Amino acid sequence: MEQAIFEERRDQIHRMGEGPFELACNRESLAGAVSQRACVFCGSRVVLYPIADALHLVHGPIGCAVYTWDIRGSLSSGPELHRLSFSTDLKERDVIFGGEKKLKAALLELIARHKPKAAFVYATCIVGIIGDDVGAVCRDVAEQTGIPVIPVQSEGFKGNKREGYAAACKALFALAGTGDASSVKPISVNILGDFNLAGEIWIIREYFERMGIQVVANLTGDGRVADIQRCHAAGLNVVQCSGSTIELAKMMQERFGTPFLRVSYLGIEDMADSLYAIADHFKDQDPGIVARTQQLVREELSKLIPALAKYRKDLEGKKAAIYVGGAFKAFSLVKAFRHLGMKAVLVGSQTGTKEDYEELATICDPGTVIIDDANPLELSKFVRELDVDVFVGGIKERPIAHKLGVGFCDHNHERKEALEGFIGMLNFAKEIHASATSPVWRFVPRREAQAKALAMGESK
Amino acid sequence: MSDSPYTSTTNACKLCSPLGAALAFRGIEGAIPFLHGSQGCATYMRRYLISHFREPMDIASSALGEKQAVFGGGPNLKKGILNVMSKYGATVVGVATTCLTETIGDDVPRLLSEFRKEFSDLPLPEIVAVSTPSYSGTHMEGWHAAVAGVAAQLVKEKAPAERRVNLMPGFVSPADVRHLKDILADYGVAGTILPDISDSMDRPALLDYEKLPAGGTSLADIRAMSGALGSVECGRTVPASESAGANLERRFGVPSRRVGLPIGIRETDAFFAALSELTGQPTPQRYRDERGRLVDAYVDAHKYLAGKRAIVYGEEDLVIGLVSFLAEIGVTPVLAATGAVGKGFKESLAAVTTDILPEPPEAREGVDFFDIAEQAATLAPDIFIGHSKGYRTAKALGVPLLRVGFPIHDRFGGPRIRHVGYAGTQELFDRLVNLFLERKQEDCAVGYGYL
Repeated sequence: MEQAIFEERRDQIHRMGEGPFELACNRESLAGAVSQRACVFCGSRVVLYPIADALHLVHGPIGCAVYTWDIRGSLSSGPELHRLSFSTDLKERDVIFGGEKKLKAALLELIARHKPKAAFVYATCIVGIIGDDVGAVCRDVAEQTGIPVIPVQSEGFKGNKREGYAAACKALFALAGTGDASSVKPISVNILGDFNLAGEIWIIREYFERMGIQVVANLTGDGRVADIQRCHAAGLNVVQCSGSTIELAKMMQERFGTPFLRVSYLGIEDMADSLYAIADHFKDQDPGIVARTQQLVREELSKLIPALAKYRKDLEGKKAAIYVGGAFKAFSLVKAFRHLGMKAVLVGSQTGTKEDYEELATICDPGTVIIDDANPLELSKFVRELDVDVFVGGIKERPIAHKLGVGFCDHNHERKEALEGFIGMLNFAKEIHASATSPVWRFVPRREAQAKALAMGESK
Repeated sequence: MSDSPYTSTTNACKLCSPLGAALAFRGIEGAIPFLHGSQGCATYMRRYLISHFREPMDIASSALGEKQAVFGGGPNLKKGILNVMSKYGATVVGVATTCLTETIGDDVPRLLSEFRKEFSDLPLPEIVAVSTPSYSGTHMEGWHAAVAGVAAQLVKEKAPAERRVNLMPGFVSPADVRHLKDILADYGVAGTILPDISDSMDRPALLDYEKLPAGGTSLADIRAMSGALGSVECGRTVPASESAGANLERRFGVPSRRVGLPIGIRETDAFFAALSELTGQPTPQRYRDERGRLVDAYVDAHKYLAGKRAIVYGEEDLVIGLVSFLAEIGVTPVLAATGAVGKGFKESLAAVTTDILPEPPEAREGVDFFDIAEQAATLAPDIFIGHSKGYRTAKALGVPLLRVGFPIHDRFGGPRIRHVGYAGTQELFDRLVNLFLERKQEDCAVGYGYL
């Protein structure tokens, strides 16, 4: 099985307890290795996608637009323009003669039709190569239509998702500070790095309301252009999914002086710690906030903890694998599994950084395998070797798990179950429980083989 | 060209060409699909295909970065192929280009011939290369290019003559291909079905991850194509001059017969007639029985369907087959739409409806779901027939959707839907009738237990 691992990738895999922790990461994917990663465009698209009253026009051949049509489970409480897939659908002629005219015509047509509050134009691989000046077209159309038209420099080959996140942050930053902020109160936050999958941002907003905090802008789940335009006045940026929006937080700190906190809404400690940290930030301005937050956490935990117990009973001792986009999410998941009596034996991410992995190593148990930018061969090797019971990942990992007879929980952007907040922890437990305790596993070859081996051992 | 009056595209009714090529290569035994381009393309297509097939779908990528986009992707292409050789043990590598590598001007055939020279000391796999820029055509062009590429590049010499039929089924489901295999077996001839995704995209539960899924058309069967009695190609719009069948006919004198996708009685009759002509065997009794049952079902259900109005959309050949079928059962195809252009779509629709409908259905090519929805609002349809992506349009009109083809992202079992042959048509027919019965029952307060 060792041959599943490419020589070049050996230092991107570490087994806890075997030598000092060091993990190579942030490299270009190896050609021919079937990386689970996507591209720059994907990074930009997923971050900006949930802004529901903006037009999202993909400038390029049809593929990039059509594969990202309505893929995120990002809900909107109002407009749903984000759920449509717009493309300039470049053809051979456009590639030869340039796509600027078509881009302009498409933008004017779509803006007239949908009357969006802003438009984002995503440059795909070939746009830079054929030399379209997307910025100039955007300026031109913005002038004509009177709405912000923002280029997103997301040519796919210019790196991986991280560069796409950075391009998205730049686009968001272009909107920040351009709107009237007179309604913004001092005790207020922007929610960064939450995409309102299955309505999750509504759970978090409700917590903030109970704490007495105004939410100014959602970045970007259930996002609105006008909110983003006034977000510079918020008292604090709370940043989840640090990979995708930390750049924006840094830029806002520099330009507007907005402080930021890194948070996570997954699991019990991370959720509670995040709320406490935010309360702590505002306690000088609002001394009552700490008590309100304690009250909130107490109320939620008094419901959650007993409810978790019955799931934990069945899950105790089972083993989990985690493979997600950003490593930050993995920390919370490792801890969340502990509350279910489970151990994360394989933890990896597509785009974790050195700091992420070092932090991850401090909370992982001996024997746990940590992996950067894995591929199906490596993932399946470790799933088998470590005898995993449930795999947490995205749609690309699901068939790997299922084919080998391993349970699965979708924790990626297509998910339809809310997994954030205290209620999200309960949903997570239900999801894991539903998969891990299904009767179907007894029929899969892996378990049949184990049962047979056991029976033979007993008969001896 | 396109029948859409708009410049912009909204909710496209097509995919890009490398996806079709990647899937077709998955139907070759021991093959790994390999996209020459940036990493995202392979990942997006994997995700899209996995959501339909619910199977592992490894597509390798040369994963070009900024440097390679400037200086050329050759080194990454070569390194990538070496890597899939060593890790996947692929015996065939199906290389498809993307918009990026076509635009930067990578000469893939030249790079591959360099590669073969540089590494001539290694046991090299067969490498098939096709040009599939995403800015040209749809996923069907990619599919057909891969099929034609396999025939043109891997069938190198005249094989000994044998009682064998080559069958190019077009883009149909794994269940369809299984049915077609049965048909060839019942004719008592050897068959090369190219490509064959019946096993590779519908695998059982397994103990180990298969680096390369079992199944697919074997190299031996591919090489034997040049000695076959003839080829049957399904799909009226398959590019006639560059198709696999045409290539084998030109180079090896293997007669090629073109039929439509065998959906409905007449197109399936033509399919069996082509097989009978090539093999000299009459249609096996099993299929004459299936045909009889299908006609019987047509009769039994005709009044449930009379006067119903359908909107059919999707891949050009599937739409043509479905329209031909609907015309036979008294359902009026009020709109036949495809995202493809320049494939003789309208001519083929006219051909399959000429003696059975008073006039050919309204046909539109190069359209998207914005166009379809706009027109649908004026057509008072009773049903939509096509893949999952028409769901929201159908729902907005309060009309049921009969899910066929690819992708089926919002229902279970897409790979097991049968469309072709008398038996596949029978299943489509039963599902269609039941959708109408269900609707009738739901819309009625009486609660009839007999319909």
